[in-house]
Amino acid sequence: MGVVKFSTVTIGVGLLVLAFAHWLKLDYFYFAGYTILQFIVLATAWNILGGYCGYVNFGSAAFFALGAYSSVFMYKFYPLPVPVLVVIGAVVSGIVGFGMGYLTLRLRGAFFAIATLALAVVLQTLVVNWDYVGGSRGAYIVSPDTVDIAGFQINYIEYLFGLMLALALIALATARTIERSQLGFGFGSIRDDEIAAEASGVPTLRLKLIATTLSGAFMGMAGAPFPYYIGYLQPSSAFGLEYTVNSIAMPMIGGTTGWVGPLVGSILLGSLQQIATVTISSAVNLLIVGLLLVAFVIIAPNGLVGLAQEYLRPRRQR
Amino acid sequence: MTPLLHVDNISKRFYGFVALDGIDLEVHPGERLGLIGPNGSGKSTLVNCICGTLQNEDGTVYFDGKSLDGLAAHQRTRRGLARSFQLPRPFHSMTLADNLRIPLLYTVHARMGPLRSVGDLDAHCLELLDMFGLAKKAKQLPRHLTQVEMRKLELARAMAAEPKLLIADESMAGLSHSEIDDILALLMRLNERGISIILIEHIMSAVMKFSQRLAVLVSGKKVADGKPEDVVRDPEVVRAYLGQ
Amino acid sequence: MDISVDLLINAIVAGLLLGGFYAAVTVGISISFGMLDIVNVAHPAFIILGSYIAYFINVNFGLDPIVASIIALPAFYALGALVYQVYYLSFEKRGQESLRGLAFFFGLMFVTEVSLILVFGVDYRYVKAAYIGPSIHIGLIDMPLRMLVPCLAALALFGVLELFVSRTFLGRAVMGVSQDQLALQLMAADPIRIKRIAFGISIATASIAGALLIIIQPIEPSVGREYIGRVFAICVLGGLGSMPGTLIAAMLLGVVESLTSTFYGPSWAPAVAFGVLLLTLAFRPAGLLGR
Repeated sequence: MGVVKFSTVTIGVGLLVLAFAHWLKLDYFYFAGYTILQFIVLATAWNILGGYCGYVNFGSAAFFALGAYSSVFMYKFYPLPVPVLVVIGAVVSGIVGFGMGYLTLRLRGAFFAIATLALAVVLQTLVVNWDYVGGSRGAYIVSPDTVDIAGFQINYIEYLFGLMLALALIALATARTIERSQLGFGFGSIRDDEIAAEASGVPTLRLKLIATTLSGAFMGMAGAPFPYYIGYLQPSSAFGLEYTVNSIAMPMIGGTTGWVGPLVGSILLGSLQQIATVTISSAVNLLIVGLLLVAFVIIAPNGLVGLAQEYLRPRRQR
Repeated sequence: MTPLLHVDNISKRFYGFVALDGIDLEVHPGERLGLIGPNGSGKSTLVNCICGTLQNEDGTVYFDGKSLDGLAAHQRTRRGLARSFQLPRPFHSMTLADNLRIPLLYTVHARMGPLRSVGDLDAHCLELLDMFGLAKKAKQLPRHLTQVEMRKLELARAMAAEPKLLIADESMAGLSHSEIDDILALLMRLNERGISIILIEHIMSAVMKFSQRLAVLVSGKKVADGKPEDVVRDPEVVRAYLGQ
Repeated sequence: MDISVDLLINAIVAGLLLGGFYAAVTVGISISFGMLDIVNVAHPAFIILGSYIAYFINVNFGLDPIVASIIALPAFYALGALVYQVYYLSFEKRGQESLRGLAFFFGLMFVTEVSLILVFGVDYRYVKAAYIGPSIHIGLIDMPLRMLVPCLAALALFGVLELFVSRTFLGRAVMGVSQDQLALQLMAADPIRIKRIAFGISIATASIAGALLIIIQPIEPSVGREYIGRVFAICVLGGLGSMPGTLIAAMLLGVVESLTSTFYGPSWAPAVAFGVLLLTLAFRPAGLLGR
């Protein structure tokens, strides 16, 4: 279906979810839902560079934290409404994504991956040493109880939930649009064989930079509202391992070739983790995610979506 | 007549190993040039330097009168210089039609201006596949192709960029006689359309049948360049192939 | 700035000692990444695993950590061989290395780290040995034994590996497999078996490096991540596959880090390696002595 139709369906689904959440009147649903929506954005963002182009980013936490700490910085410097902070987070993380790409993408994919891994450690070191945003002591963000939207008083958590829902839908729509466009073909050719792509006229460096910038920007957008959601931000939570591992595991388990995979992976894994964190412990929960990642990478390289496609394909085409 | 391709004294070193040593070469519009040489003589390195996959240290490559210095491989392709790879490198996750769509989107259709309709693009892909006898397999993946079909796909993809010069790098290795004739006929047809071709091959019968001119590379140096019948009788060429 | 010569010389010496240790940490990656072209990002995690095993043996049996790590060598070798076998069957054979291979090793790293958190918790652990504490003094120079001993052990490890690679058939086969697989096959050596042995050796070095690490500093599970940047920075700076290059690069990095630490504060140390890595990749990706 075309862009217009898809957008309408998306907005419709979004409104339905909002209405459902409002009817439930369960704060827990908003909190858990926010986390899952956040993962949808992270997983989709990761997949644009990872699944579409074949370049692995091991430092999603860094880009996420950049968005979060941009918000903390603005909070102390000149408070702005959260949607504006989202844009700022996108710009900051996008620029860093571009810079990292520019320095390392002319070499092998492996170097980019390693550089992103090191980036996370270094950024965390920088933040820990930067007292203005709280350093290792952390930063407190005070947010109001309700927000005034078009005359209605909305609960703050409902507001954040709606914001993250909008971001998730935008991310999904962007991924889908890219997938079906010339850009998507270009990305795929880079993933399949970069040298052949270059010889076929594809400006590989330019496309890779577009992918890293977009991917980084979306991760920054996911991170920007985080300090307001959590109220007290420490470097260890902004740079948490769960962001890095989940943004890789969710697309790889869900399926990396399209926009549906990350969505499926985030909802499934995200819900699983919400249940596990409450019933078992958060460390065991992460262990399970790690084991699932290794298992899926070995056994089902095309993820759940790939498995579904195999199963549904008519017999004679197998 | 100004040559279409003018390789001017290019050299390439890999940390002390001299792969190319001052190579001069010319290809004229519409010409069929054969390029031969023992394994390791630098043929593929030369192709990579001409096409921009590798950067040469000294010398310049001129195409259509303009220097290609500093241009990336994709920019050279857009200017009309295409190559096929010795070991076929198809886009393995895409159908044959989509394999051709990539060069079409990024060269030909880019030249013609903004988005052509999807229908136009599809028709163009099929037309091209048909010319190479691959139309029936348009919706299949490259892993379902036979050896000779893979080679044809390589050539088709290079042709999709509508080049002025096509470099065919060992497209016939390991094929049967009839398959070799098949590919040769294809290349002749392309040449009849006005496309200059550099044929890099080990199969002498094919090279002799095809080339208007023959160049020989040995240990990074060009040792002969002229009419095929003259070149194969050149004592230095004979010595290079049969040893000292 | 008034730099005291005393401070400067000691910072440099400390850097050289640290560099020796870094070389031991990196030699495993020199083998797996430099020679076998396998991006094993889990290597630092295996080193931490080595540290914890050395700690466990030290605390429960009173053995010297380095001795403990040598006892653990066969187990680490076996682990390496197993990991390579899985990697080969799942990825290398199918030709799908990049994305999935990287994700595989990342998953291994993650699982290792989280398992260590579950078993040992996040408190810092340290070992006890006779040489942890005392220092020797030579003129202006102050050398803590807990830095000197690991450095010497690291150089010994390096020496052993260098001998192995140049004198034994197996060692030369390992060097050979990185350069020409076909030639190796013609010599009737099975490249897959050679690679498996090489990777096993690579992980075995992690056992020793782990023991050295816990002698130098107390550890907790996430320490491994600081080393990823260092290890790859050294590998790239030294030139992939060049063992002497790795040693020189490791010393260089050690000295730069030590100077930064002494004059600007220790919390900036992890950033140094990253800076070095980026600069090298941007300006001289082949490294100092690379091929």
